[in-house]
Amino acid sequence: MTEKEQTSLEAGPEQVLYANILRKGMFFGLVILFITFAIYIFGIMNPYIPLDKISDYWTMNVHDYLQHTNIKDGWGWVGMLGYGEFVNFIGIALLSGVTIICYIAIVPVLFKNDDKIFGILAVLEVIILTLAASGILAVGH
Amino acid sequence: MGKNGRWWLIGILCLVGFAVLVCPVFAAEAPHTAEAGADAHVWWYWPVVLFFVTLVMGVLAVLAGVGGGVLFVPIISGFFPFHLDFVRGTGLLVALAGALAAGPGLLKANLASLRLAIPVAIIASACAIVGAMIGLALPTNIVQICLGGTIIGICVLMLTAKKSEFPDVPKADKLSSILRIYGVYREESTGKVIDWKVHRTPLGLVLFIMIGVMAGMFGLGAGWANVPVLNLLMGAPLKISVATSKFLLSITDTSAAWIYVNKGCVIPMMVVPSLVGIMLGSFIGVPLLKIAKPTVVRWLVICMLAFAGTKALLKGLGI
Repeated sequence: MTEKEQTSLEAGPEQVLYANILRKGMFFGLVILFITFAIYIFGIMNPYIPLDKISDYWTMNVHDYLQHTNIKDGWGWVGMLGYGEFVNFIGIALLSGVTIICYIAIVPVLFKNDDKIFGILAVLEVIILTLAASGILAVGH
Repeated sequence: MGKNGRWWLIGILCLVGFAVLVCPVFAAEAPHTAEAGADAHVWWYWPVVLFFVTLVMGVLAVLAGVGGGVLFVPIISGFFPFHLDFVRGTGLLVALAGALAAGPGLLKANLASLRLAIPVAIIASACAIVGAMIGLALPTNIVQICLGGTIIGICVLMLTAKKSEFPDVPKADKLSSILRIYGVYREESTGKVIDWKVHRTPLGLVLFIMIGVMAGMFGLGAGWANVPVLNLLMGAPLKISVATSKFLLSITDTSAAWIYVNKGCVIPMMVVPSLVGIMLGSFIGVPLLKIAKPTVVRWLVICMLAFAGTKALLKGLGI
């Protein structure tokens, strides 16, 4: 096998960087999610909705659920981190946010390698995902 | 009992558990309290059932070669008391977690191609946002009808779609050449080094508009649609298509998941048991792959999906 073939068989530097951040972010997010869920169900932190009342709400559509429970949508959960169920959102946000971090990390590598088109595409993806995460795009029933 | 026998026993137990827990006749026999609100069961009943059902789903998904998300939404929305809004939000997070877990390994093995995924992901993730917004704005019964139709369509696709290990791509198209979407990987079964390139990229990107919208609207992972487009239409080798599709889900589902999270469609009591169930199911499913008959499992999954799709359709129509 030639040296060129050997090199191209391996993932590029931006791909390896992306994979490394993704792996760490995914593990970290999952561990946080499982720990916070244990805190929630074992009652270490008090829940906002009592555990025996949850089943009253998950049959409702999300609009009615928010209205009946007086929970704020968007990033409103950050202000409710003192409650058992809302600490779980830290792990959920980490899992949902790790891809944005991966993209941000590869942008400099792409531009450094003079891969301008992909650098711009990566920046565009960061904008799209950040817009989704921002909560600006609110819709509902 | 031999190792194979043990795995079969686990599989059978899971299936029996699935049948018993989902069947409403048995469910009615479960312990209950008068104070448990509108639902007659104790508060932990449905999360526990959800865990076991998603565990079976995880096993079946691995054996049938489908994503957990595509099984999760129709089955859980059809047979559980949860509202479709929460099922879609949870379904996206389940599909996302699976894709995040698989992504690093696939990228490092150079089977998932970042160069193939990045342009496709921009279209799919932007359209998944639009799909999620449409799905949350439409009345539930309309979404349910569309979901039922889509699931039945997926069954037809699973029955009819062919796969091509190494599609013939005579010449890369202009767009993929400009974007340098090509690569090399080693086929472990033969030891051969495979050069690959793609064609019909503009048409492929157009189809990802539709795939993104559907993924966001129904909270389904979109592997069932990604793979045929990447493999059959654009001509990427099957392994590259499957791996890139799985990785792609981590981006598409991220955008849609944020819309659902921000809308409030996430209840941790549904999300975590489902995540753990699907992941454990996948771990059990991988060793079972050696002894299971893929055709039988595939038919089982198609039948389950057809049943769940029909139920969603009827539910949406109020029948």
